[in-house]
Amino acid sequence: MTWQPVIGLEIHVQLKTETKMFCRCRNGFGGDPNTQTCPVCLAFPGALPVANRRAIEECIKLGLALDCTIAERAVFHRKNYFYPDLPKAYQISQYDEPLCSNGKLAVPSADGDVTIGITRAHLEEDAAKNVHVAASGRLHGATATLVDFNRGGTPLVEIVTEPDLHDAETAKRFLQLLRQTVVELDLSDAELEKGSMRFDVNVSVRPAGSSELRTRTELKNMNSFNFAAKGIEREIARQIEIYESGGEVQQETLHFVPGDEESPPSRSKEEAQDYRYFPEPDLVPVHPPAELVERLRAEIGELPGARIRRIADTLSFYDADVLVTGGLDRLWSALVGAGADPKEAANVLANQFVATGISPDAVNAPELARLVSARAEIPRPTFDEALAKVGDPNFSADPYLEQRLVADAGELDPVIDRIIEANPGQAEQFRSGKEGLLGFFVGQVMKETGGQADPRVVNERVRAKLQPESDSS
Amino acid sequence: MIDTLRLTAEGAKKLLDAREVSGAELFAAYRGREDDLHAFLHRCDDPGGEGIPIAIKDVIGTKGVPTTAGSRILENYVPVYDATVAARCKAHGLRLLGKTNTDEFAMGSSTENSAYGPSHNPWDPTRVPGGSGGGSAAAVSGGLAPWALGSDTGGSIKQPSALCGNVGLRPTYGTVSRYGVVAFASSLDQVGPVAKNVRDCAFLYSVIAGSDENDRTTVEVPATELPTGDSLRGVRIGVPKEMNEAEGIEPGVTAAVRAAVELAESLGGEVGECSLPRSVEYGVASYYLVAPAEASSNLARYDGARYGLRVDGDDFREMVMRTRDAGFGDEPKRRIMIGTYALSSGYYEAYYGTAQKVRTVIKREHEAVFADFDLIVSPTSPTVAFELGAKVDNPLAMYLNDLLTIPSCMAGLPGLNIPCGLSEGLPVGLQLIGPQFSENTLFQTGHVLEQALGFDVVPGRLR
Repeated sequence: MTWQPVIGLEIHVQLKTETKMFCRCRNGFGGDPNTQTCPVCLAFPGALPVANRRAIEECIKLGLALDCTIAERAVFHRKNYFYPDLPKAYQISQYDEPLCSNGKLAVPSADGDVTIGITRAHLEEDAAKNVHVAASGRLHGATATLVDFNRGGTPLVEIVTEPDLHDAETAKRFLQLLRQTVVELDLSDAELEKGSMRFDVNVSVRPAGSSELRTRTELKNMNSFNFAAKGIEREIARQIEIYESGGEVQQETLHFVPGDEESPPSRSKEEAQDYRYFPEPDLVPVHPPAELVERLRAEIGELPGARIRRIADTLSFYDADVLVTGGLDRLWSALVGAGADPKEAANVLANQFVATGISPDAVNAPELARLVSARAEIPRPTFDEALAKVGDPNFSADPYLEQRLVADAGELDPVIDRIIEANPGQAEQFRSGKEGLLGFFVGQVMKETGGQADPRVVNERVRAKLQPESDSS
Repeated sequence: MIDTLRLTAEGAKKLLDAREVSGAELFAAYRGREDDLHAFLHRCDDPGGEGIPIAIKDVIGTKGVPTTAGSRILENYVPVYDATVAARCKAHGLRLLGKTNTDEFAMGSSTENSAYGPSHNPWDPTRVPGGSGGGSAAAVSGGLAPWALGSDTGGSIKQPSALCGNVGLRPTYGTVSRYGVVAFASSLDQVGPVAKNVRDCAFLYSVIAGSDENDRTTVEVPATELPTGDSLRGVRIGVPKEMNEAEGIEPGVTAAVRAAVELAESLGGEVGECSLPRSVEYGVASYYLVAPAEASSNLARYDGARYGLRVDGDDFREMVMRTRDAGFGDEPKRRIMIGTYALSSGYYEAYYGTAQKVRTVIKREHEAVFADFDLIVSPTSPTVAFELGAKVDNPLAMYLNDLLTIPSCMAGLPGLNIPCGLSEGLPVGLQLIGPQFSENTLFQTGHVLEQALGFDVVPGRLR
């Protein structure tokens, strides 16, 4: 039997508003524990929430980018449960009247778009942070829980997809695309390591062709996209194996160890929690005015998905995807506009530039374009050195372009002769057919010349010198 | 000699302005009086100044002054911030005399649910002062404060005012900020004034009313007009049949209210009968779903983690359970259980959902009546003050005390209690209810009636 995986995602994104969701405390990382708090986010008796207008606008903006219907009336609800990181013992969230619903996000792929339904995107508040400590101050053998309420009340957008995903790779690309969308709209840093973007994955499998929904498991704490793809793949395989050996998949939650892809996840039974949702009486319903929605819609530029499709007309889908989800495509367009070769520019950006950690916004594109165009003619170390400096405000390609590669056979031949002489064994092996050793000699020459030699010329000359007979015969 | 039993806030202001008494003397006159009614849970020292003293119900947060809400779970809680109403009183120069007793978390109709023991009715100390704001009402009638702030969810200002013979206003929902007020049922809670007469009540209302950026349910309100005059000409007064003939209304109460209505008519009021059948029939039942449901959520924050009582346990869950078991009395526990049940999945629609629909019905029924009348009248409480202990073992009987105050609370409407006579030597309260934002109409009508009735607010035994 063939099986079809069914995957749904639930994503949380922290908004980077100035203040928290329901009070005036500063929103953001840093600060000693419990210094960014007030009676509201500490849930002192009598404190009341006031919804952050900016957060409402940002949630609407994200909803618009996800092609959602923006509610004419949205309501906050209380989600009741006891937990030390939840001081009111309820989270203010949204329930049956969310701000944004019924959207979609088209994920470009090599074979065309895969459209994923967005069930809803709603606004809520983040919980505080529990820190488990022992007398020693370490996690192991923790004897107490300390709570840092600085994070409590951070505005959070929850995005829920339809179970429209059927493979791990698309799920991963959906997440990357969503992240890039959020970052470009300037709504969130959406950094997985910092937890400003988090996601849970629901996975089930069913016989191909069937439309049933079988028991699902929930995967939590996978804090990288590759980790998620791997985790999903393994879970799919595990479920198929269970069904094929006549078993039943149990509804449970798999908690992965963040940053540790190899450790098996711990499992917990999903307890049927009754959150006793009811409309938050301390807040009034939100009625976003049509003009506001239109203003926000007008602020949204060309979205990443559309840009991937556009750029894939010029480059491969893969390159387009990497450039856009890496936030590099605007710089790439500028480089191409300044005369760089599209493929060459994409390679430099995706492979080398990204490793420098320089912000694409800081780069002087015309100067980098000159550098990219001359890449084959200047020594590799010089190129690398130049690339590391393209973010400097006064960067100029000129001094680096002056350092052309040594391509003159007259200069290179003595070096090549010396190296062949010093390695008679390898020379002999090459002559008797071990072609792979050519690289050894080229490498030695490059090393000897400090990377200043033009590798194409060196290649040519080494081959000529090692095989004079065949050349003359 | 300052007669704190009789002196109104307006009268006190005149004495201060004429420099007949100093601020210190005035404060000392109230503060020095023995609190044999247990009206206060905490009394304050004179902060200085020339403002009129005031008592504040202990569910209203006061910076630096203990605020227990009548509960053990907040026994040592001292707020770090003032409730908006407390801040507005302070900004007006009013000086805090102390925090008045209340049923625990304002849940009750007699103050007998206070974890710190009940207050006593100034007219007869063997009887209850009503509740939950019995402390504020007793303090005002007992000469311990010229006026006070109370809070009203289903009758906690109006009913104690009725039982203690003073004037109390439950304002239109949304006119007074709830910020800093210990929440019982958020969609019903409203702070209001308790005073010796309608003018004082209106003035104190003007001090605390108005929109607050910290409470999103507040709105701008019409300017308060201090009532004057002696005529009710053209005022259309409705007498809802069900609220004046309900089972359980004592004959003495009916007689006093009927006499007041006849007096109103003689002063030019256009009195007519009207009907609020479903409001009266379903008011209490729906209230006892909505209020406990919200309370179950509002009281969930008392977990021992951040403030108030903590009883340690081996883990968080155990700490929370032990703390709440030790910290809450029977009535909050009862309401938390009812509310939790009413909100539970599978029961939500049948209980909370239905109650909210009934609430809409009650609102519409009142709106329809106010198409024909400027205000409606009824007894505030079906009975005069009852004996301490008479109803403590019968929660349902206790809940029915609020039969007549609850419907308008559910509709978010303002209600004013004025004393209208005596029955068995105890005060009878007349309830005046108007449409949203009709406080000025209530004050004006209440003032004219008050003048005509000539009720002596000083308890008979203290004259």
